[in-house]
Amino acid sequence: MAENVVIEINNLAKYFPITSGLFFKKKVAEVKAVDGVSFAIHRGETLGLVGESGCGKTTVGKCVLQLYRATSGEVIFEGKNLCDLNENQLRPLRRKLQVVFQDPYDSLNPRFTAADIIGEPLQINSDIRGSDFDRRIAELLDIVGLAPYMADRYPHEFSGGQRQRLGVARALALQPEFIVCDEPLSALDVSIQAQIINLLDDLQDKFGIAYLFISHDLSVVRHMSDRVGVMYLGKMMELSERDEIYKSPLHPYTQALLSAVPIPDPAVEEKRKVIVLKGEVPSPINPPSGCVFHPRCPKAFDDCSKLIPQLKDAGSGHEVACLLYKTSWP
Amino acid sequence: MTDTQQPNPSEMAEVTQARPHRTLLNDAWIRLRRNRLAVAGAIIILIFALGAIFAPLITKYNFAKQDLDSIFLQPSGVHWLGTDELGRDVFARMLYGARTSLAVGIFTQLIVLLIGLPIGAFAGSKGGRVDNLLMRFVDIMYGFPDILLIILLSAVLRGTVFGNMGGGIFVIFLAIGLVAWVNVSRLVRGQILSLKQRDFVTAARAMGGKGTYITMRHLLPNSLGPIIVSITFGVPRAIFTEAALSYIGIGVKPPTPSWGAMIHDGYNVMFTAPHLVIVPAVAIALIMLAFTFLGDGLRDALDPRSRR
Repeated sequence: MAENVVIEINNLAKYFPITSGLFFKKKVAEVKAVDGVSFAIHRGETLGLVGESGCGKTTVGKCVLQLYRATSGEVIFEGKNLCDLNENQLRPLRRKLQVVFQDPYDSLNPRFTAADIIGEPLQINSDIRGSDFDRRIAELLDIVGLAPYMADRYPHEFSGGQRQRLGVARALALQPEFIVCDEPLSALDVSIQAQIINLLDDLQDKFGIAYLFISHDLSVVRHMSDRVGVMYLGKMMELSERDEIYKSPLHPYTQALLSAVPIPDPAVEEKRKVIVLKGEVPSPINPPSGCVFHPRCPKAFDDCSKLIPQLKDAGSGHEVACLLYKTSWP
Repeated sequence: MTDTQQPNPSEMAEVTQARPHRTLLNDAWIRLRRNRLAVAGAIIILIFALGAIFAPLITKYNFAKQDLDSIFLQPSGVHWLGTDELGRDVFARMLYGARTSLAVGIFTQLIVLLIGLPIGAFAGSKGGRVDNLLMRFVDIMYGFPDILLIILLSAVLRGTVFGNMGGGIFVIFLAIGLVAWVNVSRLVRGQILSLKQRDFVTAARAMGGKGTYITMRHLLPNSLGPIIVSITFGVPRAIFTEAALSYIGIGVKPPTPSWGAMIHDGYNVMFTAPHLVIVPAVAIALIMLAFTFLGDGLRDALDPRSRR
């Protein structure tokens, strides 16, 4: 099992300082965007990461890729803790860790042609040039379902779905082992979403790439993921096999989230009970004590505001951080 | 599964029809040509430039040659725009004055670019304390009244080796350039700061691109549009500043002609020989208008949001 792990994240935390002052920046507060998140991703596996806006999903993705340097914690890849490496030591490893972004209009340089965009990772990381380079570009375009003649077009000449295909091709160029997909579908139409989902699925089958699939769309995550993690206010609330989490969610937050998914069957939809959470997501600058979810939790009791629940296996690999379960008690 | 090998045919067809293949600069060029005011501006600039370059071929008069027998002549077939208080041909002086003005416009902006671009790019891409320090310095520069600083600088520079280069024109380049770069450096820094947040820059970092690579390949090329526009607007400002300096007598040294100096000389006889003021004033107004039109046109043309 452990040999199959591609990347392992231990107790990852990222606090963004809020500073004031003109020359001598004083730290006045911290935004605890991610606070003690741990998980591992296996070869060829997709881990879905869900949660509402601002819960730290994207920050986790960026910390894993060392685009943000974590405040504390470990990111273990090929036996090395990436958080300890400097930029020069990281460079050779970066080619194996890639990213697909949310907004295909923002993630492609408008002055680059498609070939420039897809070829950039090759230019930076390899010696492939000339006709080999052109061949590789054509191959990559073909893999993501674009025609070779599109190589010298500019991003503004592509549609949204085609741009996202370019983004995927760029991530694939260096044959990575792991790709962070940071809400790769949320900027696309539903029909295009399906195409990209299938593309990502096929690529995983073909190349055995592991995905960290970040999304707020529960149905998409259900379709894509092997395992699913649920985040709330910078913490992992629940982490389990996909079917397990969708059929029998343990955490009250997950239960509330899943109850909000519409069911495409009017008869069933009518009977669907929605758990409406009270209040708003608290500020990550000053998160609640104890379990961060307790002020909104319908099942909260006294201890919830005092004790911090631990993410622990509550049976058959279903990890949950909630004091309703004995395993989570600190 | 569906077609990963074959893209959706309708999607492809739609795109091929929607827009012929063009680069961004190509596109901008086409839009610039459609803008009549910008084209008019470019033509006026071209006429002045050609006049300045080929001045000796266009007029047989020397700009410095005095002819005290024929002072204050009205425009005529012999002297197209008349003569001034020393009997010098006004048309010749206007043509040669265009040399001064255009040189000032272009060379000051070159200096501005040479100083402002690297400082702005450096501050923007490094960030942190370096950025803070550089930008506070820029703020201080910004706080001074421009024209006062330029006057002081040119007074100081006159005493140095630059003082006599090209009839004092070099001092003007330097004085204006050393003051005006702050605008460009602020602009470049702002552009780079906002571009740094874009995902394509993050992607370049994720694939291991180094700082200088990202600045040269991604950040600077994408801030080129606003820089070109700013420089184009900077040219008429510099021309105007030179005219103002020459008008108050600290610009280029006589007899080198400058439109500002010509207005200064004509000012005393404005009511008896109005052409001495009108000719250089119209020239200044025309060239400023031309550059402003061109700058406006460039701004519209280089703005990707206005693409059709």
